[in-house]
Amino acid sequence: MSNKNDSFVVFDRVQKSYDGLSLVVKDLNLHIKKGEFLTMLGPSGSGKTTCLLMLAGFETATHGEILLDGKPINNIPPHKRGIGMVFQNYALFPHMTVGENLSFPLEVRKISKNDREEKVLQALEMVQMTDFINRKPAQLSGGQQQRIALARSLVFNPDLVLMDEPLGALDKQLREHMQYEIKNLHKQLGVTVVYVTHDQSEALTMSDRVAVFNDGQIQQLSTPDGLYERPENAFVAQFIGENNKLTGKVKSVNNSEVTVKTSQNMEIKALKVNCGEVGTNTTLSIRPERIHLNRKYKNKVDATIKQLIYHGDHIRCLIKIDKDNDFIVKIPNSNIKSTLKIGEKIPISWDTMDCHALDA
Amino acid sequence: MPSLNLNSMDTSVETLKTADGTPLKKKLQQSLFRNKLRAFGLVSPLLIFLLFLFVLPIALLLWQGVYDPRFSNLMPETSNILEDWDGVSEPTEDMYAALVVDLVNAKKNKTIGKVATRVNRELSGTRSLFTSTARKASKLKAPYKKSLKKVKKKWVEIETWQAMKVASNVYTVGFVAAALDYKLNADGTITRQEEDRRIHIKLFIRTLEISLIVTLASLLLGYPIAYLMASLPLRTSNLLLILVLLPFWTSLLVRTTAWIAMLQGEGVMNDLFVVFGFAEDDDRFSLIYNKTGVLIAMTHILLPFMVLPIYSVMKTISPSYVRAAKSLGATNWTAFWRVYVPQTIPGVGAGAILVFILAIGYYITPALVGGQDGQMISNFIDFHMRKSLNWNLAAAMGLVLLVIILFLFWIYDRVVGIDNMKLG
Repeated sequence: MSNKNDSFVVFDRVQKSYDGLSLVVKDLNLHIKKGEFLTMLGPSGSGKTTCLLMLAGFETATHGEILLDGKPINNIPPHKRGIGMVFQNYALFPHMTVGENLSFPLEVRKISKNDREEKVLQALEMVQMTDFINRKPAQLSGGQQQRIALARSLVFNPDLVLMDEPLGALDKQLREHMQYEIKNLHKQLGVTVVYVTHDQSEALTMSDRVAVFNDGQIQQLSTPDGLYERPENAFVAQFIGENNKLTGKVKSVNNSEVTVKTSQNMEIKALKVNCGEVGTNTTLSIRPERIHLNRKYKNKVDATIKQLIYHGDHIRCLIKIDKDNDFIVKIPNSNIKSTLKIGEKIPISWDTMDCHALDA
Repeated sequence: MPSLNLNSMDTSVETLKTADGTPLKKKLQQSLFRNKLRAFGLVSPLLIFLLFLFVLPIALLLWQGVYDPRFSNLMPETSNILEDWDGVSEPTEDMYAALVVDLVNAKKNKTIGKVATRVNRELSGTRSLFTSTARKASKLKAPYKKSLKKVKKKWVEIETWQAMKVASNVYTVGFVAAALDYKLNADGTITRQEEDRRIHIKLFIRTLEISLIVTLASLLLGYPIAYLMASLPLRTSNLLLILVLLPFWTSLLVRTTAWIAMLQGEGVMNDLFVVFGFAEDDDRFSLIYNKTGVLIAMTHILLPFMVLPIYSVMKTISPSYVRAAKSLGATNWTAFWRVYVPQTIPGVGAGAILVFILAIGYYITPALVGGQDGQMISNFIDFHMRKSLNWNLAAAMGLVLLVIILFLFWIYDRVVGIDNMKLG
């Protein structure tokens, strides 16, 4: 974790409760560097949006401190924080044209008319929407509204921009396209972005770092590849990407390698990541693409094919490992497809390094 | 690209046809016809109801404001000859002869009272002239001018004839003119009523003024309540909504009389004013039986009609708009005034129009608590309908009121836009 001095945004032991009975955010500590693209990822109700609203100033922290550029902002009202924000439903003012929407933050900052016009045009150019300056938001498509909302949050040159599931209402193709545009704008402007989403692929493709939220806590704060390849606990392994899991007890520990005995008495060698001492329960995590249809690797199992689903570039194969567990395997689409049959027995194997022993 | 205009396609491209060869347009109409028929079937009971019990009676009544065949039906000879009279020259012997014929017939048919009433409206004091002369009409001999003059001197006065000429018009703007304090003259000109008889314009202005003040007052009082209800959690806001709707569950009459008990000289409000020293015991405020009383009672009664549309619009405004405004740097007030308020305009417009229209035709409250200077136009319409039985004038006043309302609607449409109105 970066040290406090070069942190632009700091959450310091922040807690939040709405009803005085339960904590929505439990002891949040988070340091965000200047210019960073940080994503808060988590299922709904995990406290990520609450964190964003506290940073924006629409909710107050029940306990703890939030610092922006070294200054505590708990008592600063939202309009004085100078934070740009993009809302899930865009929140473009329906009674104003696109140009008036963009000019609004400049007007309230008492910027002269000429400067305003110039900046509005710049911002519109940035999102390639100059032709739409006189349209009302209702006359724009979802994607266009999204761009305007983005331009509006950036037009007054804030150092920090918050985005609350901004792409949630768009269709898949547009969403992917906008992901690249937002990412490009971030690179181009060097602005700090805090992004909230429940879509893991969005989080992985856009972020410098991702904070995975669950149950009001950060489960793991890491780079996208770190999250996917080195999940620190069972929740992250399950939440990020596809995952095959096995549960069992630790039988022996040898430096970084553990041997785990599953409920069906299978012995599996795994990388020690976050498991307890000998005799404790553990969850094993293996990514579908790290399972091989051969016997070349250390952990070998004979499995039965239960289901084959054609996905174009790959085939998802549901296989039965033992009485309790099914695995998903991704097989690249090649000639092998024709030889696989449901009910067929096939050998599979995986490497110790690809099998992570996590918490129970 | 295929053109959307099927007519132009008929000439340029071959007509589109369905699989069985019928033109697509015809087929489409056939399939839509059923739907239209069903839709019409669903609304027709209400349509018939409204047509016969709402549109038709109102149209017939308003028609009376410009259509008055009574005199010309009952005095056909006189009416015929008056049509050719210029209204200023001396009445001829033929006119007197025709008058006597009609008077004799009117006496025989017992319709002379109606004729007398009609002419009396144009020139007061002529009622007895007609009834008394009609009694002697059958005995009158030519030359009729002389013998009529002997019966009543008034018959040779030109004003009498002018009044009859005005009354003989079947289609007349006379009543509308009267409703606007103008007077239709026998020569067809329209002049203003004498100073002391101009009451209607004053009345229309007062009606508009009261309606406007009531609308503004209920907007000022209702907007904050609606805002509070829209921002509170559902359970609390539902309770408030019931409180707002509570007046609807009690009779209008009861509520109005309750205001009498509250506002009268020895009433609750004045007692409180005296207790707190705002008024002397022997010099209490007169809060009722005047315009003040009407304003207070009507604002109270019409308030829910303002609150409900505003509330229903406010409820649909996402809190993210105000949040967005604040995050963009707007203070609470700027965010409210520039972002929130403009979005409530459809509700405000609907509420204001609703209250204003209801207020402009308000009858029972001004009748009960209005006193002298709190009377509104509908009280006068009622007076002419039931007391003076001058239905034509009542209809003309209603017509003027309708035109005023339509005009205000038009203004509203130009300024705010009628389609920009949301009732819920």
